[in-house]
Amino acid sequence: MSSTIAHGETPAAMNKAFALSTPPAPKRARSGPLADRLFGFAAKGAAYFTLGLLLAILTSLTISAWPAIAKYGLGFLTNSAWDPVQENFGGLVMIYGTLATSVIALLIAVPVSFGIALFLTELSPTWLKRPLGTAIELLAAIPSIVYGMWGLLVFGPVLAEYVQTPLQTAFSGVPFLGAFVSGPPVGIGILSAGIILAIMIIPFISAVMRDVFEVTPPMLKESAYGLGATTWEVVYKIVLPFTKTGVIGGIMLGLGRAIGETMAVTFVIGNFNQLDSLSLFQAANSITSALANEFAEAGEGLHQAALMYLGLVLFFITFVILSLSKLLLAQLRKGEGAKS
Amino acid sequence: MITPELQAMRAGMFAKRNRINILATTLALSAMAFGLFWLAWILFETIRQGFAGLTIATLTQMTPGPNEEGGLANAIYGSILMVLLSTFVGTPIGVMAGIYLAEFEPKGWLASVTRFVNDILLSAPSIVIGLFVYSVVVHPMHGFSAIAGVMALALIVIPVVIRTTENMLQLVAPGLREAAYALGAPKWKVMLSITLKAARTGVITGILLAVARISGETAPLLFTALSNQFWTSSLGQPMASLPVTIFKFAMSPYENWQKLAWAGVFLITLAVLALNIAARVLTRVKN
Repeated sequence: MSSTIAHGETPAAMNKAFALSTPPAPKRARSGPLADRLFGFAAKGAAYFTLGLLLAILTSLTISAWPAIAKYGLGFLTNSAWDPVQENFGGLVMIYGTLATSVIALLIAVPVSFGIALFLTELSPTWLKRPLGTAIELLAAIPSIVYGMWGLLVFGPVLAEYVQTPLQTAFSGVPFLGAFVSGPPVGIGILSAGIILAIMIIPFISAVMRDVFEVTPPMLKESAYGLGATTWEVVYKIVLPFTKTGVIGGIMLGLGRAIGETMAVTFVIGNFNQLDSLSLFQAANSITSALANEFAEAGEGLHQAALMYLGLVLFFITFVILSLSKLLLAQLRKGEGAKS
Repeated sequence: MITPELQAMRAGMFAKRNRINILATTLALSAMAFGLFWLAWILFETIRQGFAGLTIATLTQMTPGPNEEGGLANAIYGSILMVLLSTFVGTPIGVMAGIYLAEFEPKGWLASVTRFVNDILLSAPSIVIGLFVYSVVVHPMHGFSAIAGVMALALIVIPVVIRTTENMLQLVAPGLREAAYALGAPKWKVMLSITLKAARTGVITGILLAVARISGETAPLLFTALSNQFWTSSLGQPMASLPVTIFKFAMSPYENWQKLAWAGVFLITLAVLALNIAARVLTRVKN
């Protein structure tokens, strides 16, 4: 084509030359065949659908919760009453239950996940890495209803007999700690829900930690080993500082999972609305367990709207936490790109 | 000059660092054992109690009333039906969105925002999906129905499939695409018969993982499909599912219900672990 166009010609002349040398292409070819356009629409439509889904969830929950939002406003979050008969609703008890169980879960799961990631990246012999990694990942595959049933019928009684009762006898006279271990030691309540949540989120946190530990440049680690650092020193002073945003992102991901977990918590938390005692052995209620237990039976009107409001609060909390997690992990990836 | 005191001090420091290291590695080892311990305990109890409750009647009879003989046949049927239908509904949407993210404008605003939203939906509480479907399907239709359950499960399938499809398409060598384009193939043909075909084991893995995930989901079914004591194939009616039945039976004080719940838990765990292992084997063969 270029051979027909001499230097110094005007664009109009160029176009003319172009038009003379080739017949005008059929219009269909320029905009692509129909199948191509349809395919493009379908793909784009599916992407929009996913986006729209999030907006639709937020909108529909807000609309359904509106009677409760209009009546209580933000005071709903600090009101501890939950009385379907008198139609007086507040979410504090459930929000406390959700947060308390999630904090216990993190306290257990973070150190354990760190240990597992450390073991799998630095200590384990190569042939063991794969089976052990898979085994930990299978913990995430077990459905939450299995955790729930096992927690209620197997783990709860064991916890009550071998942990709660001895703790109670040991701390019964102690002024501050005594309050935490008071209440009936039946293996149901905030503590057992927290422990089961911990087991459930360990695979998520340790998988992220393992991934980010593995992006640490080998050169950095080898330099430290070359200077005579021990394994622990390499992990604590080289790997951890290098990957700290990613590690925090992983913890956030685990927290998001723990807050939204429903069935396992519903089985073992006891479903009891109270906020009178600090005890970890006391039965309580979480946002998810209140929804699972009450929603299908709730009468239309304020009760259902209040439950929807709780669902909206839950979605909002997990949305913020998961967004933070995502941003932190993205930051690590960006930093990694800049450094290499 | 190295005096004996200096040497002793250095040896002491080295010993201390060594001790810390041994302590840390021992703790890491016990963390690993801690994780494996729970897996072993849960699987052991599931197999022990589940196997005891499992009989032929479990697979052939309907869910019974308290203290009656019966099985889980209608719940198993409902679960399989709803899981299959929701996979058929969710997979095409997920695959198409995955194709968009990987092939159309991977760096455009729509792709970035969709990726972000998808990661959130992937970890969002499934009970919220149940609430959503309740307010857009169950409430307007004035009743719980299997179709609402299918929709709730399909909404959980989509993010899982999008994520794996995108990741797997990114692994396809660009040269393959370019070769197909150079031969004059239109875009849709390149995507469907070249890239998607090259990434097919990966995409199937994603679908298997999605099926595994929804097979055990209970929360989104609680107020969509609800439950049903009888055998039904009608999508307009409440339908029993294995997880919801387990929830109801396990929380009850009746011994025969609890026994059936253990049998159900055993079946679900078996199915979910088998799907997970199948997905893993598929990716390993591919690699």
